[in-house]
Amino acid sequence: MKNYWKILYNGIVPSNPVFVLLLGMCATLGTTSSAYNGMMMGIATAAVLLCSNVVISLVKNLVPDKVRIPAFIVIIASFVTVLQLVVNAWLPSLNASLGIFIPLIVVNCILLGRAEAFASKNGVFASFLDGLGTGIGFTLALVLLGGTREILGTGKIFGAEIFPEDYGMLLFVLAPGAFIALGYLIAIVNKLRKTC
Amino acid sequence: MKKLASTLPNMILSLGAVTIIAGSILGSVYTVTKEPIARQEAAQQQQAIADVAPSFDNNPESDKWETTIDGNTFTVYPAYKDGKLAGAAVKGSTMNGFAGEIVVMCGFEADGTVKDYRVLRQAETPGLGTKMEAWFRDPTGARSVIGKNPENTSFNVTKDSGGQIDGITAATISSRAFLETMRNAFEAFKSYKNSESSKK
Repeated sequence: MKNYWKILYNGIVPSNPVFVLLLGMCATLGTTSSAYNGMMMGIATAAVLLCSNVVISLVKNLVPDKVRIPAFIVIIASFVTVLQLVVNAWLPSLNASLGIFIPLIVVNCILLGRAEAFASKNGVFASFLDGLGTGIGFTLALVLLGGTREILGTGKIFGAEIFPEDYGMLLFVLAPGAFIALGYLIAIVNKLRKTC
Repeated sequence: MKKLASTLPNMILSLGAVTIIAGSILGSVYTVTKEPIARQEAAQQQQAIADVAPSFDNNPESDKWETTIDGNTFTVYPAYKDGKLAGAAVKGSTMNGFAGEIVVMCGFEADGTVKDYRVLRQAETPGLGTKMEAWFRDPTGARSVIGKNPENTSFNVTKDSGGQIDGITAATISSRAFLETMRNAFEAFKSYKNSESSKK
């Protein structure tokens, strides 16, 4: 049981996909202009990651080593497309907020990274937990980065005003601010991880 | 179960099976969701028309009328009440924004006064151009376009000579593109009215 907690925890802090593994930077930098956007992208990615981890761990012995990467990519891309179609068809309000992020999940290397590093070597339940942990870690990191950029750039957090927008540094909402904020956050998180 | 060895037949079979299964799943999900997706899009369009146009008792979508201004298609969804033209919702777009296409549904009263608008699609800079949905209805200063008539108000940003609408701070290109779409939508509505009156 302790082992399972470790797998779950591992994805959240010791090998956090954004702050430690530095995976999925494209989606991370692109979608975190606000805390809400970051959260939505994180949840969408976590959902696909959970499904793909479970399925890949189920079929891992049926896929020969030399063709595993294309097979994994087909599985991941199928899940993303299915998710997009389903959200489009039956969840219009979710589609309005999440729609633009879903296609971006395919290019997120976290999914392939976890498939290759974990799900292709471990059992179904462990892979499920790994997907859950990594998904939570990714979502938390995106909310943290999105929140930082939103506060510094517009003076708001989740749309609630903290200080007047006129004092915000617009740079942080734009692309350069994403790199600056991410750099400092990685430094802070790594410092905290070393001390405790 | 032992892992399959990487022999050629194994690889072909396995990869083939994975793609066939994935393909058939995608195909069936696509077929199942095709109709609901089309319904959602139609409902969204209807909602946008109902939101911006004056109240009507006809079906604006079946009465739609199209025209082309500067290479962009403008669709006029006329709103009739008791047989009289009450106004219209005009869907128009422009490529002159900062990033990608801007699609706006503009609502006009019969005399051309702007009733309301909805930005249906845009990919402007977050935090700048993306404010257009809220900005041009904000009564502060001369930001709002609502209740103004492009006939006697210049729908240009105040920065440009003669403009009478305040553009979004630090997003003049997006503001110009938005106002251009409004102006063109108004022109489309005018030419629709002309073509209707010449019919009678």
